[in-house]
Amino acid sequence: MTNSIVTGNRFRISFFSWWLIWSMVHALVINSYGAGLLQSLADSLLCNLLLAACCLLITNNMKYYLPQKERYWYILIMSLVLSGLWLLSAKMLLKLVFRSDENYLQLLTNSTAIRYVIGFLMTGCMAMMSLLWYTLQEQQEANRRKEEAEQMTKDAELLKLRQQLQPHFLFNSLNSISALAGTQPEKARHMVQQLSDFLRGTLKRDEQQWVTLEEELRHLQLYLDIEKVRFGQRLQTDIEVMEAAGNMHIPSLLLQPVVENAIKFGLYDTTGEVMISISANAENNQLHIRITNPFDEETAVSTQGTGFGLASIQRRLFLLFARHDLLHTSRTGNLFTTRLIIPQYNHESNHH
Amino acid sequence: MKAIIIDDEILARGIVKEYLQHYPDIEVVQECGDGFEGIKAIQQHGPDLIFLDIQMPKITGFEMLELVEQPPAVIFTTAFEEYAIKAFEAHAIDYLLKPFSRDRFDKAIKKWQQQNPQERQAETAKLVSVPDISPNRQNRIVLKDNGKIKIIPTANVQYLEAADDYVKIHTAEGVFLKNKTMAFFEQTLDPQNFIRIHRSFLVNAHLISRIEPYEKENHLAVLSIGVKLPVSKSGYSKLKGVLGI
Repeated sequence: MTNSIVTGNRFRISFFSWWLIWSMVHALVINSYGAGLLQSLADSLLCNLLLAACCLLITNNMKYYLPQKERYWYILIMSLVLSGLWLLSAKMLLKLVFRSDENYLQLLTNSTAIRYVIGFLMTGCMAMMSLLWYTLQEQQEANRRKEEAEQMTKDAELLKLRQQLQPHFLFNSLNSISALAGTQPEKARHMVQQLSDFLRGTLKRDEQQWVTLEEELRHLQLYLDIEKVRFGQRLQTDIEVMEAAGNMHIPSLLLQPVVENAIKFGLYDTTGEVMISISANAENNQLHIRITNPFDEETAVSTQGTGFGLASIQRRLFLLFARHDLLHTSRTGNLFTTRLIIPQYNHESNHH
Repeated sequence: MKAIIIDDEILARGIVKEYLQHYPDIEVVQECGDGFEGIKAIQQHGPDLIFLDIQMPKITGFEMLELVEQPPAVIFTTAFEEYAIKAFEAHAIDYLLKPFSRDRFDKAIKKWQQQNPQERQAETAKLVSVPDISPNRQNRIVLKDNGKIKIIPTANVQYLEAADDYVKIHTAEGVFLKNKTMAFFEQTLDPQNFIRIHRSFLVNAHLISRIEPYEKENHLAVLSIGVKLPVSKSGYSKLKGVLGI
């Protein structure tokens, strides 16, 4: 709900003083044209009280109905009509009060045109002011809503970021540390270090930032080392990066969730050893990354739909490149392959 | 007292073993890395207590429990299982959120020691019968077929049929039995995909090719695989809701 213009104290004071001054000017002018003191004061008081009432009527009316189209015509017509009505009633009342004063009645008739113009200007000004005020209010309200919506989007993204930290991973790692603390305190300390480095790396990075593949792989290695402490011999990794690919760029924190997905998929879909291989090469100035994990053809369908947690990666790639063809998955035998293509254009402008 | 630890992480099993050293009367007879080993070990040793992780290779801790006849008392050890916790809280069985302290572990053991064997069994049985504990359940049915564990994606299920204490699961591969109620499946499976068209039938909605009137007020659902199933009055209104007819 918009605030009413008339509720503010400042408005009340200026409105009242304006009409006071104007009434004095009015009385003086009438008096200078030969009307008596009583007539001048009465004329001024009556006319201006009525006119002020008309102005309040206009602004109140606009509080509830703000014309969207043709708003200036609306103001014009309203002011013309209202000032006409005002003049008519004011004149009738004054004629009634001073019906025996010929001199004054003559003055009244002569001043009809100028009175009408003044009335029109006053109501018109008031209408314009109200229009501007309420339009401003509406805009402020719209801006506030827009800001709120933007904040909500930001919050949602932050939440997504936090979720990327995978509470499962964190709590299970802490549990491993707790286990090591009893029997192998040195290893526990080492794992605390690894976990801290990994978390720091994740928190420090900004999703918009681009890093070289080598940097991203260093971060990934921390993650893989921790997972290897948890799963021991079951988890094997093999990383192969062609020289040209190492210096290519990739949006930060893009690779880790894909690998995490592959590990989860591999570890929970099969028993026994799990080999996760990651290979990267450069093709046509594009970075191609291939991640494979084993899976069981019979049960894979039943593991959490078909997306395997890759939907958010797909979404991110689309937001970055406006393309849907950068993430591919395929199944051959017992291997599930995820292919990522990272175009290399345009990253310099995004860098930092 | 015999105990078995079932967890896919060796360090996670290690901490349970370490805490158990303070209980000389509880002997860890075996450690298992997944649910398959777990089932075998439980059948072989008949333990008094198991420590069970939930997210494990192939089948979850819950699915494993469903396949054990007369499951022993369970203390769950899990990192973060929002679905599971609801089920735990409804029952006396304890759960340890990883990482857990020795104090917390001792409390769980104490709780277990204070229950009598009948109570323990009743609580485990109740827990297993709670539907919809994890989202995995919507997508697959885990059962035992001739001693082998079988995982059936629900997309492959044609229809379910009540058969005394069992439910017959009809698939293209054949018919499988699971010791559960129709109500359990009705609540677990996605109601958009599986419709209870009759007291005895729960059908995969994607397979329905047409509905035929039958006798006075009844109907028959004709499946694309050629099977005709009876539709009750309330089943018919459910069908209309889901299929939009």
